[in-house]
Amino acid sequence: MSIKVEHLNHIYGEGTAFSQYALKDVNFTIEDGEFVGLIGHTGSGKSTLIQHLNGLLRASSGAVYYNGENIYADGYDMKKLRSKVGLVFQYPEYQLFEVDVFSDVCFGPRNLGLEKEEVEARAREALSLVGLDESFYAQSPFELSGGQKRRVAIAGVLAMEPEVLILDEPTAGLDPRGRDEILDKISQLHREKGMTIILVSHSMEDMARYAGRLIVMNHGEKVFDDAPKEVFKHYKELEKMGLAAPQITYVVHELREHGAEIADDLTTVAEARDAILAALRKG
Amino acid sequence: MLRDITLGQYYPVDSPVHRLDPRTKLFGTMVFIISLFVADSIWGYLAATVALGLVIRLTKVPFSFMVRGLRGILVLLLISVSFNLFLTDGQVLVQLWIFRITWEGLRTAAFMAVRLIYLVLGSTVMTLTTTPNELTDGLEKSLGFLGKVGVPVHEISMMMSIALRFIPILVEETDKIMKAQMARGADFESGNLIQKAKAMVPLLVPLFISAFRRATDLAMAMEARCYRGGSGRTKMKPLRYQSRDRIAYGAELLYLAVMIGLAVVL
Amino acid sequence: MGIIKASRLIFDYIRRDEEDRIEEVNRAIDDMNVDIKKGDFVAILGHNGSGKSTFAKQVNGILLPTEGTVWISDMDTSDSSRIWDIRKTAGMVFQNPDNQIIGNIVEEDVGFGPENLGVPTEEIWKRVDESLEAVGMTAYRMKSPNKLSGGQKQRVAIAGVMAMRPQCIVLDEPTAMLDPNGRKDVIRTVRELNKREGITVLLITHYMEEVVHADRVIVMDDGRIVMDGTPREIFSRVEELKSYRLDVPQVTELAYELKKAGVDLPDGILTRRELMENLLPLFGCRYGERKGGEHVD
Repeated sequence: MSIKVEHLNHIYGEGTAFSQYALKDVNFTIEDGEFVGLIGHTGSGKSTLIQHLNGLLRASSGAVYYNGENIYADGYDMKKLRSKVGLVFQYPEYQLFEVDVFSDVCFGPRNLGLEKEEVEARAREALSLVGLDESFYAQSPFELSGGQKRRVAIAGVLAMEPEVLILDEPTAGLDPRGRDEILDKISQLHREKGMTIILVSHSMEDMARYAGRLIVMNHGEKVFDDAPKEVFKHYKELEKMGLAAPQITYVVHELREHGAEIADDLTTVAEARDAILAALRKG
Repeated sequence: MLRDITLGQYYPVDSPVHRLDPRTKLFGTMVFIISLFVADSIWGYLAATVALGLVIRLTKVPFSFMVRGLRGILVLLLISVSFNLFLTDGQVLVQLWIFRITWEGLRTAAFMAVRLIYLVLGSTVMTLTTTPNELTDGLEKSLGFLGKVGVPVHEISMMMSIALRFIPILVEETDKIMKAQMARGADFESGNLIQKAKAMVPLLVPLFISAFRRATDLAMAMEARCYRGGSGRTKMKPLRYQSRDRIAYGAELLYLAVMIGLAVVL
Repeated sequence: MGIIKASRLIFDYIRRDEEDRIEEVNRAIDDMNVDIKKGDFVAILGHNGSGKSTFAKQVNGILLPTEGTVWISDMDTSDSSRIWDIRKTAGMVFQNPDNQIIGNIVEEDVGFGPENLGVPTEEIWKRVDESLEAVGMTAYRMKSPNKLSGGQKQRVAIAGVMAMRPQCIVLDEPTAMLDPNGRKDVIRTVRELNKREGITVLLITHYMEEVVHADRVIVMDDGRIVMDGTPREIFSRVEELKSYRLDVPQVTELAYELKKAGVDLPDGILTRRELMENLLPLFGCRYGERKGGEHVD
């Protein structure tokens, strides 16, 4: 087992008149090698939640276990936790600060107190994982394109060699090309490196395509936790939370409503195409 | 934690003082500060106390909120009081080892303390009852005469107002970058002074870059909305004196006259 | 001649070293010709670096042509004496909602443009009231911009432009930093302004769903216009769009895939409703005759 969250509560401004639940009794376990999607409208608590998983925020009550150990126990090594549970913030390129790409990626492993050779080996490995070759090493990170900058920032976290990678809207503000590049790299890390991925995104289409499990947050509470196909069946409830299902889900349900006989758990274009073609041939 | 910092802590209630023109309040604050330096007798300070108490009452801001600003000057207050208390020569009242308190020392220390406290309270009345925008507008208008000698008054007040808009944004951004670097193993707390200063680089560089990017964006946005400096501009909310401002000016001048009178007579 | 016209437009980003020698020249727009009709809703699509944002800045006179000419309502943008008239005629909304709001209170920000134009005080108030109403932000007029969501901030920015009484609004990726709800809000607002007030809209975006209702779609790649037509014409060329690394809305893509597999559907289906109207008869049903217990809102 990997990450376990038990009765997690987070209250902002505790003890004042403005106190407000940001997280309310959240429970789940994420196993090694899962690809979990985390959705919820702005302010639903999902950003607060992920910052608990690497100890950047401390819960008001409840516990977080990483590999069976309570991270709030006395003497628990938070720095080590942060290297194992890598967190890529929204617009991560805003954290770049070094004169060249390579030094910036070295920052994380250097903070872990590793030897120079090991630091550089990790930086090289991380950059190759995000698809940036040696020609980028000496470039200033500030002169790259938006998508490239973001990949450097992700490499900066990967160089810590995390077991779990959490990404907060890693494609925000990118064009379709930049978006596909990032998502393909993430999915590759999951497939080839067996990395546990927790992806926060607003795009239901991306969730349908990549995530094996979907956790839906609303007003600080976990409301759904299931395979994307199952979650999207509740598209009406999702809408009430200011969310939506992939467009394809709507097409499929409308077809069913009018009497067409196709399955109700189709979420991608390819699935819907095959099902509609099969149904038309049968009919 | 960083988010708790608020600047120009305006207290939003509707009171006669809130409704005054910012220029009237600026002038009043100035008069009050001058009066504190004019006064040098018990009677003078009593008059100042009555005036300040009356104005605070009129603002409808809870007194506890008012005195919160005093916490910031507590250390300064203690130091200056003890200096005056122990280091003034004159008629000895108490002597303890090398410490000696004189009648004159007690008197100056007390006056000094009152003067400092009133100074802070007086300016707090101003900031609590005036929005940052009104304050910049008031300053721009009151200091307008400086424009004639080449001081870019409009530009300075525009800068102040933009700073007010972006301070909360940059504070939030600092928080975010700090967390992002902590997620990469950065440590902002431990180590000696030099190590701590070095640890700030990964925070300050991105922050500066972001601030510059925002400044460039904002300059472009302002230009796109036809901003070209202060000349030829009109105001959505021009400052206009009302009859209550005339009354307030009268009261302020009367107060000043009384204070000067007291100082001269006594 | 339309309200926005570009002829043989070329724009180079020139980077110079410390001694002011030319170090690098980047051609962002390469021989672009376009003529946009008054009152149209025109969308410009393209991935980053295609030149679409550079073109947006040409319309407002923030950037000036390296070669060629841009006219806004018959005014040449290179004519520096008309620059304020040009900016007043073609207002601009930028990508980052935070970096374009100047005022500390919503209504004061909306008043910023008219103040700069020297509009009399009473008229400013009238314009601010109307503009806030037009974008549906009247209830927030006394709020600090920092307390608003991204979508609300963008609507304030649009109101700020509207208060200058422009004939045309250029929006440079106004939704790129917003969540889906904010995106919908902003696009709905812009469409309403276009329909109700007859404002010409030039929307720069890479979200395809946002251009479905446009009058005209222009696709840019490498500084050139590569596609130009109605949304239906553009979206029926799915393969070509994909070659420019652009996304096609899922409904359009599904229709395209089905058609490719031999299903009898028209080209360029844009909305779910269109897909249903054409697909349901093949199942022997008619659109609107619901049979199942399910309901789609």
